[in-house]
Amino acid sequence: MDRSSRRQFLSLACKWGLLSLGAAPVLSSLMSGCKTLDELAKSGPSFQVGDVVVDTKAIAKETQVVAKSFEDITPEQEYYIGRTVGAMILQKYPPYNNPAADGYVNVMGQMLAQASDCPETYGGYHFLIQDSDEINAFAAPGGFIFLTRGMLRCCPQEDAVAAVLAHEIGHVQYKHGLRAIKQSRVTSALTSLAIKGTKKYGHEDLAKLTEAFEGSISDITKTLIVNGYSRSFENQADLAAITILQRTGYNPNGLVMMLDQMKIQLKPGRQDFAATHPSPDSRLAEIQKYVAKYPDVKSPQARQERFKASLGRI
Amino acid sequence: MPKYKSIPIISLLMTLTGLAVFAVEQKMMSIQVKNGDVRSSPSFLGKIVDQLKYGDQVAVQTVKGSWYFIDRPEGSTDGWMHSSALSAKKIVLNPGASDVEQAASSDEITLAGKGFNQQVENDFKSKNPQVDFTWVNNMEKMTVSQNQIQAFIKEGQLSPKGGE
Repeated sequence: MDRSSRRQFLSLACKWGLLSLGAAPVLSSLMSGCKTLDELAKSGPSFQVGDVVVDTKAIAKETQVVAKSFEDITPEQEYYIGRTVGAMILQKYPPYNNPAADGYVNVMGQMLAQASDCPETYGGYHFLIQDSDEINAFAAPGGFIFLTRGMLRCCPQEDAVAAVLAHEIGHVQYKHGLRAIKQSRVTSALTSLAIKGTKKYGHEDLAKLTEAFEGSISDITKTLIVNGYSRSFENQADLAAITILQRTGYNPNGLVMMLDQMKIQLKPGRQDFAATHPSPDSRLAEIQKYVAKYPDVKSPQARQERFKASLGRI
Repeated sequence: MPKYKSIPIISLLMTLTGLAVFAVEQKMMSIQVKNGDVRSSPSFLGKIVDQLKYGDQVAVQTVKGSWYFIDRPEGSTDGWMHSSALSAKKIVLNPGASDVEQAASSDEITLAGKGFNQQVENDFKSKNPQVDFTWVNNMEKMTVSQNQIQAFIKEGQLSPKGGE
């Protein structure tokens, strides 16, 4: 090997060595599947929404307290929690039962979920329209997403419907539902993992576990229907929605369009979005800097026609 | 003599490089979703070439953004999976007493079917018969094919920029 080819070999070996050594931590940092905001915050002080960089440290502060506990809930357990939370939500708002409209939001929802940071959940994403004039939408853990006819009436175009669905997908992505579970219940459920026995729980263990389960469902349902998430969680979901809209080719101003309509249609004092979410004005103010560069929403004719055909009489 | 000085350096680099590549290639992961689609390319637009089940083990060979090229030790088709379908923990199906003991002292394994599971849901249902799961079950039956999504994108004149 002459001197120049030896130098070339050494240089290549160094590059490949560094690359390979660098791959391991990158790989391990990505191993956990869907990233929570805490993980994003740990991996760096910021992340990107469309073209705008967001400071994660500030919004992650309140999430760090319970991070350790809820993250130990497996996707399989999250799925069972989500199923029951979904059944509880359906007690308050029954299904609209319109296959064409449900089919439309399911195709759109799946496409949006695939563009999220958490496209795969244990049981997948599923969407359902509920027969209520109240303006509301819910994301149960694991990807069971619900929205009322009242909410869809706040959407003059498909891009606005996409914004609602993407916002709810954002809640699933960040596991906001699981974060509503009280620490004591999570501890109780996780303790049950150490119960020996192969297939089925005995009577006493099952009773304890079901009690923790009922409590968890109650914590989440109460948060979704009565108290609402914190302002910072809603902001996270809005920013996730903007990213998803941008990735799928929708206009992120679909979110602005929906919030503008909601402002007109919300009736103060009702137990719906008005009670569980920050006001449309404050949400608009928070997202302004991320959406300002986009034009007003103007759907192509074919998109608007299918929107009207599917949801025109909602 | 300068000729021979470089040999230990080269050997060291080759060893380090080899070890690092080996570590990446041997990283085992588990499918953490009910049905894990394996695709021909690192995108949801990629053709589904195989479907793996909850708890199946795969070896990660290459990483491209949030997509992992996986290899199944027991044959089956190789291909790409999204990271959100995979867990770094080993998922133990039908865990026995020794698995439970191991899980208590290690965060490297997950016990399938433990904690909140079908049995707990059934117990909840028997105590809360007024809670109706019919429409939750109906929701799960509402499935969407990749072809439907493609047709939806085309008809709506959407131009996806892709996820990560």
